[in-house]
Amino acid sequence: MSKWNLIIDVAKCFNCNLCALACHDEYYDNDFPGVAASMPRRGHRWIEIHQKERGQYPMVDVVYLPVTCNHCDEPPCQKAATNGAVTKRADGIVLIDPVKAKGQEAIAEACPYKAVFWNDETNIPQIWPFDAHLLDSGWTKTRGTQVCPTQAMRSVKLDDRAMRDLATQEKLEPLHPEFGTKPRVWYKNLARWQKALVGGTVAGPIKGVVECVAGARVSLEREGQKLGEALTDTFGDFRLDGLDLAGGYRLSVSAPGFADQAVAFDLTDSTYLGTITLVGR
Amino acid sequence: MRAGELKLSILLFGLAQALRFNARCHPQFAQRFKERNLVAQIRTMDRRVGRWYEFKDGKLNSGRGLHAKPDMSIVFTTAQRAADLLTPPINQLEQIEAIKNFNLMMDGPEDVTLWFTQTVMMMPTLGWDYGIDQPDGTRRFVSHTNGGPLFVYVKDGKIVRMTPIEFTDEDAPSWVIKARGRSFTPPRKATIAPHTQCQKTTLYSPDRLLYPMKRVDFDPNGNRNCQNRGVSGYERISWDEALGIVASEIKRVKRDFGQGAIMLNHGSHHTWGNIGYYLSAAYKLFNAIGHTHVIHNPDSWEGWYWGATHHFGYSMRLGQTETYSCVEDLLKEAEMVVFWSADPEATSGSYAAFEGTSRRMWLKELGIEIVHIDPYYNHTAGLLGGKWLAPKPGTDAALAMAIAQVWMAEGLYDKDYVAKRCVGFDVWADYIMGKEDGVAKTPEWQESETGIPAREVRALARQWGKKKTYLGAGGWGNGHGGACRSATGIQWARALACLMAMQGMGRPGVNYGHLQWGTPIDVRFYFPGYADGGMSGDLEGTGIAINLYQRMPQLPSFNPTAQKIPRLRIPEAILEGKAEGYPWNGKTIEGQFQKFSYPQAGHALVQMIYKYGGASIGTMTDTNRYVKAYRTDKLPFVVNQSIWFEGEAKFADILLPACTQFERWDISEFGGTGGYALHGQTQMNHRVALVQHKCIEPLGESKSDYQIFLELAQRLGLSAYFSEGMTELNWVKRCFDASDLPKHISWKEFLKRGYFVIPPLEEERRDPVAMRWFYEGRKKDVPEPHPLPGDYTETFLEGLQTQSGKFEFECSSLKRFDANDPERPPIVKYLASWEGPQAKELYDRYPLQLISPHPRFSYHTMSDGKDSAVNDIREHRMRVNGYDYWVIRINADDGRARGLKEGDLIRMFNDRGAVVGAAHLTQRLPRGVVHSYESSAVYDPAGEPGYSVDRGGCVNQLTPRRSIAAKVTGTAANSCLVEIEPWDGKGELRPKTQPASAARA
Repeated sequence: MSKWNLIIDVAKCFNCNLCALACHDEYYDNDFPGVAASMPRRGHRWIEIHQKERGQYPMVDVVYLPVTCNHCDEPPCQKAATNGAVTKRADGIVLIDPVKAKGQEAIAEACPYKAVFWNDETNIPQIWPFDAHLLDSGWTKTRGTQVCPTQAMRSVKLDDRAMRDLATQEKLEPLHPEFGTKPRVWYKNLARWQKALVGGTVAGPIKGVVECVAGARVSLEREGQKLGEALTDTFGDFRLDGLDLAGGYRLSVSAPGFADQAVAFDLTDSTYLGTITLVGR
Repeated sequence: MRAGELKLSILLFGLAQALRFNARCHPQFAQRFKERNLVAQIRTMDRRVGRWYEFKDGKLNSGRGLHAKPDMSIVFTTAQRAADLLTPPINQLEQIEAIKNFNLMMDGPEDVTLWFTQTVMMMPTLGWDYGIDQPDGTRRFVSHTNGGPLFVYVKDGKIVRMTPIEFTDEDAPSWVIKARGRSFTPPRKATIAPHTQCQKTTLYSPDRLLYPMKRVDFDPNGNRNCQNRGVSGYERISWDEALGIVASEIKRVKRDFGQGAIMLNHGSHHTWGNIGYYLSAAYKLFNAIGHTHVIHNPDSWEGWYWGATHHFGYSMRLGQTETYSCVEDLLKEAEMVVFWSADPEATSGSYAAFEGTSRRMWLKELGIEIVHIDPYYNHTAGLLGGKWLAPKPGTDAALAMAIAQVWMAEGLYDKDYVAKRCVGFDVWADYIMGKEDGVAKTPEWQESETGIPAREVRALARQWGKKKTYLGAGGWGNGHGGACRSATGIQWARALACLMAMQGMGRPGVNYGHLQWGTPIDVRFYFPGYADGGMSGDLEGTGIAINLYQRMPQLPSFNPTAQKIPRLRIPEAILEGKAEGYPWNGKTIEGQFQKFSYPQAGHALVQMIYKYGGASIGTMTDTNRYVKAYRTDKLPFVVNQSIWFEGEAKFADILLPACTQFERWDISEFGGTGGYALHGQTQMNHRVALVQHKCIEPLGESKSDYQIFLELAQRLGLSAYFSEGMTELNWVKRCFDASDLPKHISWKEFLKRGYFVIPPLEEERRDPVAMRWFYEGRKKDVPEPHPLPGDYTETFLEGLQTQSGKFEFECSSLKRFDANDPERPPIVKYLASWEGPQAKELYDRYPLQLISPHPRFSYHTMSDGKDSAVNDIREHRMRVNGYDYWVIRINADDGRARGLKEGDLIRMFNDRGAVVGAAHLTQRLPRGVVHSYESSAVYDPAGEPGYSVDRGGCVNQLTPRRSIAAKVTGTAANSCLVEIEPWDGKGELRPKTQPASAARA
């Protein structure tokens, strides 16, 4: 039995919000019985995009994390619901019946991802229902997938084994697997959101003038274990990504013609270490 | 009876039969017969042949000969001519020629003639089928916006959803570019922008104007209470009353004051469509009325138009170079792309949605080195990564000159090109190397101006000098937006032009662009853009004379009023009764030197503004001026034709509710502009021609712009001239016929499906790369019809538009105009901004530099406010205590120094005004720089309009009115000093602000 999954590439999302707006377009002021009642005009973001800046001026990057209903295979909302208001379809889609769910705030509160929204006007919990009514009428993809300009979002229908293979092959992972809900939304490059970045700039005197040092070898270690290595670019910049917030990092820089230099630091957030000025050997 | 007479008799009989037949087949047509009781007569001038048509109680009677008392007559000079003109297929050109030469005339009351002609013209449109039924019970139509085309799904007269158009196998294939051993082809869809995807919410918005309104204390025959504009409420009136007042005001001010008393002021872009556009229907009517024209400065191109033009020409493109085939050249050849003040992922190529985005992703895949120069770590940088350099706003020219200095000092430029294709290099080199003024423009020299370390500039210059580099300047890659809209914008654009000349622009891999323009589509397929003038007939004010006037014959129109006002000087024109400006006139480089003054000799001061929409307060500069100009009895009448009750619509005496493009007919092409953005379709991955279906009936009593203009025209005796007896749908069909579409698709099919993908060029027919001809010293071979033949110096098609025909480091045009202008000397020199860190006194009081780029989630004022869905995007507006505040971005350290935290309400102010917004603390800005988009649709003064803090977010209340340079008329909105503090909740402005140091303490 093939089932729906959503794949989101964090590295390709740039917060254009088209998926969120398409979701609003689909559900605001529309009623799809059994699938979704109208979304409120304002305030709900059934597809929400969180953002994070990493680093400090002048070396930063930005990461966006779209979050929506995970259509979990073990949905806590379903457990919290009475009278079968939450159903899990054979194709993997979780639906909250707007009629049966009326007044059941527990359904919204049960979601560890905070992806179930409570509609104050109509007294119902609401989610992005994977555009089930469209898929049922012949659509081959969700609206977010259709409108995304960078293909950061893909809706795929695969059996669970094929999906697991794809996840292995493309290094996909769910958000917060520790919640134990078995999400059907998969993320690529999730480390960009979850891990820290360290960067810096290497400069040094060349023919008496301070220049950017390109091609310097930068290596990072912690507790005697080498974590990564990078070469500085044209501007003497280096970046090392995928790091844990922890103490005891040691970064060493070596470049031909210069004395080696090392910097020790603790990581409490993504950090730009500033300019490391080498001295001639 | 002569042969012609017999034929005419038969044709006139046939018309009666056709009317009856259509009424039998089409109930809505039969219904129309019930609208009027009238007798129409068609006859020859000598009255030998004629037929009358009597509509009475829904029935048509018709008889041969002359009617004793017809309500209206259509008269042909001869029977033969009439027979020729009425024999299908109707020859539009001959019909227009007949009207123009008085061989076809019409007489009768306006309502009668219009009703009868539209009834006749409507016949071929009856039974036209459009839209496609969907499995879910909706019907799918097509529409188009400033941010891309849409499928619009409708059920029971209501729009259910709007989606991008995905192409099928029935549509033309996509192009493929082979580069570096790979094949690149775009996604099979037309992308849309965020401001497009939210349009269901702006269409069904609580801010829609649904009925004509009159300000409650406005009495056109008594007290007008102009001082209460913006404060007083409105009452609903009928269309008849509203248009009656507008028509009588037009007549009154013309009668009492004479030529020039009526001003038409429209926004930069209307809702999309070639017929309903301002350059179409509005110009036709207002030329017929006679109006003081508002001259738009090239406000997204300033530095390029007023500056770069003098080095290389391209005046017709507002100082931006040609871009043909640059996408393929970049992908094949370039080793580096420098994005300079360029954020195409936020500005979407103005009308190109995210068409360029998928192409730019290829840069990353190919590992092409990327540099971003922008005070803000913008969204393109966020998506693509690369080196970020953040010069202090307004200092970019210093950075550019330091790059040139490194190239000159280290020989890293194309010496052969500079010798053969350029003039004046030595003069500029003397300035750059310090021979002229003793100051070499070194990387160290620029460091104190820009804040960028000298070593980074050297590294950039060396890399650029060694690698084949595309310079992506501004949102289009060859200009547009950003740094060109600042006090030093002219210097910046000029310096960049000089850099490109030094690198041999046109050399493989060396050109302007960042994959935004220059796809291999077929630009030789004619489909008119909006600047081609639509149904305007305006041979002087639009591009219609070039193509469309011949292809879509129509009555010409001319504005009899010579008086002009620069858009940026409207408040002075109203309040002080005088204004001066320099025009955007792209015919030649020297067009921009033709200074004009208001009032024009012998013309009246403006007594009436006809405003089309409500954008000025959010989009112009120092905009409390516009508020004050509205609240004076020096301006006795203001009518605003607007879709929404927003911005300055709230300052009108009469409000005319227009509908959106979803509620009317039109026709257009994705991103098809024509004019100064000729072949702008090369921003698109596919050329998509569209009929814009009337998806639903207009909401409330709103009407299409065309219909409003037509009903106003009726009251001025102009309806036949304005409409040529046509409905909007007739004009849409005429526009289709005028294009190359009929050679490829039938009208029936086009109308039904709603769109057609114009096939791309086969690989071997693709256009030559931009400027390659110049690089190689050949005749110009790209499909660009300018410069004008008379602007080539020696031989047609040889060389550039400049006097020398070469790239001029020292500009002969500026030398002739004013060689001693310190702001625009013949060679580009660095002059610090008059509103920046070097403006010491001001900088001490206002130590933050505000940049206000074109917005990311809205378009001008479209899609913002209106309780639109984009207001829930925290990057666009933040909801604080139930109010949607505009976002103001500030460096996190600067924010903390002012006691701010994320989401705090802040007061951003200077001597010009104060705006309240929600603070976003960020590392994407260096210290000392503040970023907040321009173009808020909401003006919400906390007290007296014009003298209060604005909660709506119109940051342009703070930007300088001063022109970018003394001898041009342009906006320098990005040169703006402000201070920020937590908002104390007070609404009034403070007359003079304390020094910032004291304020912070």
